[in-house]
Amino acid sequence: MADSGAASAPKPSSSVKLVLLGEAAVGKSSLVMRFVNNDFQENKEPTIGAAFLTQKCNLPTRTIKFEIWDTAGQERFASLAPMYYRNAQAALVVYDITKASSLQKAQHWVAELQRQASPGIVIALVGNKFDLASANPASDASTGGDDADGTATAEEEEDVDGESDARKVPTKTAKAYADEEALLFFETSAKTGLNVAEVFTAIANAIPETSLKGPRGVGGQTNLGRQEDSARVNLTGANAQGPKEGCAC
Amino acid sequence: MNRLSKPEDLASLGSASTLQTEATPQSGDSIGKKDFATENSIGNENGASTATSVEEQPSREGTPPPLPPRPKNLQLLDGRPQTSGSLKVSRPSLQSKATTQLSFADTQSYSDESRDTISTDAGKLKSFTHLGKDRIGSDADDSISIKSFAPTIDIGGDAESLLGEVLGDQEKDVIKVLGKQFDGMSGLSISDVLFSEDAQFSQAFEHEFDEIEDMAADGSNEEAIVTQWRSKLKHFLILSSAGKPIYSRHGDDQLITNYTGVVQTLISFYQGMSDVLKSFTAGDVRFVVMSKGPLNLVAITKLVESDAQLRSQLDALYMQILSTLTLPSMERMFANRANYDLRRPLQGTKTLLSALADGFTRGSPSTLLTALECLKLRKSHRQVVNNTLLKTRSENLLYGLIVAGGKLVSVVRPKKHSLHPGDLHLIFNMLFEAGSVKAGGGENWIPLCLPGFNNTGFLYMYVSFLNLDSPTEQVEERPASSHGAKDEVAILLISANKEGFFELREMRDDLVEQLQKNGSIELIRTAVKKGRMSCTDIVPGSPLRHFLYKSRGNVQFTMPSFEPHFTSDLDRRRLLNLYHNLHSNIHTRPTHPKVHHATSTTNISLAWMTPLFELYCVAPITTSRTALAQAANKIIQWVRREEERVFIIGGAVF
Repeated sequence: MADSGAASAPKPSSSVKLVLLGEAAVGKSSLVMRFVNNDFQENKEPTIGAAFLTQKCNLPTRTIKFEIWDTAGQERFASLAPMYYRNAQAALVVYDITKASSLQKAQHWVAELQRQASPGIVIALVGNKFDLASANPASDASTGGDDADGTATAEEEEDVDGESDARKVPTKTAKAYADEEALLFFETSAKTGLNVAEVFTAIANAIPETSLKGPRGVGGQTNLGRQEDSARVNLTGANAQGPKEGCAC
Repeated sequence: MNRLSKPEDLASLGSASTLQTEATPQSGDSIGKKDFATENSIGNENGASTATSVEEQPSREGTPPPLPPRPKNLQLLDGRPQTSGSLKVSRPSLQSKATTQLSFADTQSYSDESRDTISTDAGKLKSFTHLGKDRIGSDADDSISIKSFAPTIDIGGDAESLLGEVLGDQEKDVIKVLGKQFDGMSGLSISDVLFSEDAQFSQAFEHEFDEIEDMAADGSNEEAIVTQWRSKLKHFLILSSAGKPIYSRHGDDQLITNYTGVVQTLISFYQGMSDVLKSFTAGDVRFVVMSKGPLNLVAITKLVESDAQLRSQLDALYMQILSTLTLPSMERMFANRANYDLRRPLQGTKTLLSALADGFTRGSPSTLLTALECLKLRKSHRQVVNNTLLKTRSENLLYGLIVAGGKLVSVVRPKKHSLHPGDLHLIFNMLFEAGSVKAGGGENWIPLCLPGFNNTGFLYMYVSFLNLDSPTEQVEERPASSHGAKDEVAILLISANKEGFFELREMRDDLVEQLQKNGSIELIRTAVKKGRMSCTDIVPGSPLRHFLYKSRGNVQFTMPSFEPHFTSDLDRRRLLNLYHNLHSNIHTRPTHPKVHHATSTTNISLAWMTPLFELYCVAPITTSRTALAQAANKIIQWVRREEERVFIIGGAVF
């Protein structure tokens, strides 16, 4: 997979804020873990809140440092999502190809991102758990995991919508939706590593040059409108004030 | 012995069972009589005060039978093997009614006052253990502020005389002789065996944490599954007040439906009479019920645990639910619809609840004592860490903690907010028991409610695990082998500011850099590697095999390593069984004994409670009482000497 340290020549490097969204248990954290650590854990416990990870991605012309927000999929965390996708330059919206409802949820996320995230955001729709579906037509799922040089055409790869055992979402359906909304589209397997690096490379390539700033790009310390805030942070005034009083002796 | 399934045994079980209700315990016929007497006061809120004869009796409707009907499928209660844990339940007869209090009141109420006691009473106490002798001088620095507003309790003379009595030599000879006899009989050195073997218990415990198989579609393996389910030593059930299952440690919905139905029936039967079912026994199984607002929590155990102990475990589970949802939002959910399915908003919390539950089943000194353990560190070293925390503290920080393998290294907090042990327990459970945060790598930003602090709103916790070998590097790749390793160091920074991630992240970088510069990281690493001391390191030649010392004022405890005597989970559970027993005996109300000795055929143990501390210790049976008491005294002396190392006193306060 694309990793750091390959090229010693100083290439321009820039950081990209990326957020993962999607229903619970579709494999968001597993995708990240595969991308960052090249590791996979069976029966991973659900993420609580959100995890923040970084990983570099080497392109021929530049290095992209992904700052990844891996969010929890449970509904109760949904109200926190804007905090993570605000200012994000890229989003991975993940669904589980063995669970039809997860694609619906993904579509909701896409709609929300298009409505509320920054206008230039690059969105990739990712159908995960390909390993559960590939009984017969595995041959053409991908041209193999090793063309990681990821040209901008990576999304063109064709999956056959073979109706194998566990698959509930035909590739064609999801692909049609992705085309309609102008999303990048991949089917991946965090378990086997299929297409995982490709997704990130494709995103890195799709980020317009102009939106890339210095290494510590658009960080994310900006304020969010108060309306989301007031709903959750419900401490009494005194508590919120607490830390401010007293000196730092 | 009590076969519930056979009708002729119902009677015997009925008499063996005890039902504790909120009102004073009553015998069956008194209920009957009084029900007739109070029939006309139905619906009268003040029923209890209208007539003297009714005083301790809440008004009731109808004429219920003395005990609730026992459905046939309650046979699960006795289908389980008899275990060595064969319940020896102490009945806290004066349990106050369920409140929202989240931990034992008495552990809280002593905060601060106890430290004072020692120094002011030092003169009087001299004769008993030279407590405080070498302490007084060092009170000078950070503990002064604590002392200054503490009331005093004069306990010196009392404890002394008590100890004097107990330590009389009358019985020790008998025990010695007995011990020798056993020695001779077994041919083994009896001092090596602390607990008598109990194959059934061992076996049950071994499989306690195995997952129950899934039910086959045709139900063919039902019997096997039910047997597995029943053989569990401990169950926790959480249901909504409408009877909807919310959580169960073992078994899926299909399996537990019947049982939740039964429990729900029992609970609502008493609620129907404006009474509260708190606990009951059936065979060798103890049931403790706790109703908290819209939730009913049930602990079912075959282990040695008292009601109060089970209740505090249920409290912890309840706090975990609040921590996920907050109290107002949970109440809102149920206000809209009484039969709301709470499992949906709780999605993903099951692992946390199960981690807590398994911790209780495995036995946790921390939960038993409702106290925390700290990493042993020199006072001056801890001071450096504290100062670094204060120096790098960022503006919106509420609490900052450094934790090493479940042991607190240092804490920074605002002056007016102390940390609730129950809250910390939840956090430690999330980070160190349930793998979800640890396994992910990277940094985490976790919204959570700390119910002990404020059960109405969320706080946000920044979590970063340190790679001790190169601390400035993020732990991005955590090898699989380190999963569950107990020596991981985490930095936790808690803020009320939802947007504070990057602020706290900066503080963390700053903090780690400073800690590395001033050598603290190295010291922490050394301390973590060293682990707990063994009993004989603490007091050379000590006959003690293990002890727990709880400083009541600090709500912290210390203990020696489980090795070499308690290496397996089973050994530890047996040790904890013993501690549970001691704990419940010494916390018996209203007598509140100060010293409690217990002797079995294989061990001799002591519980000793003063307003300052609780000490529980165990030694082989060959030890005399005097020797045990001396050893206990030595431990006390050691703790006094090391107090500022084994406990965090004050911490970094801003």
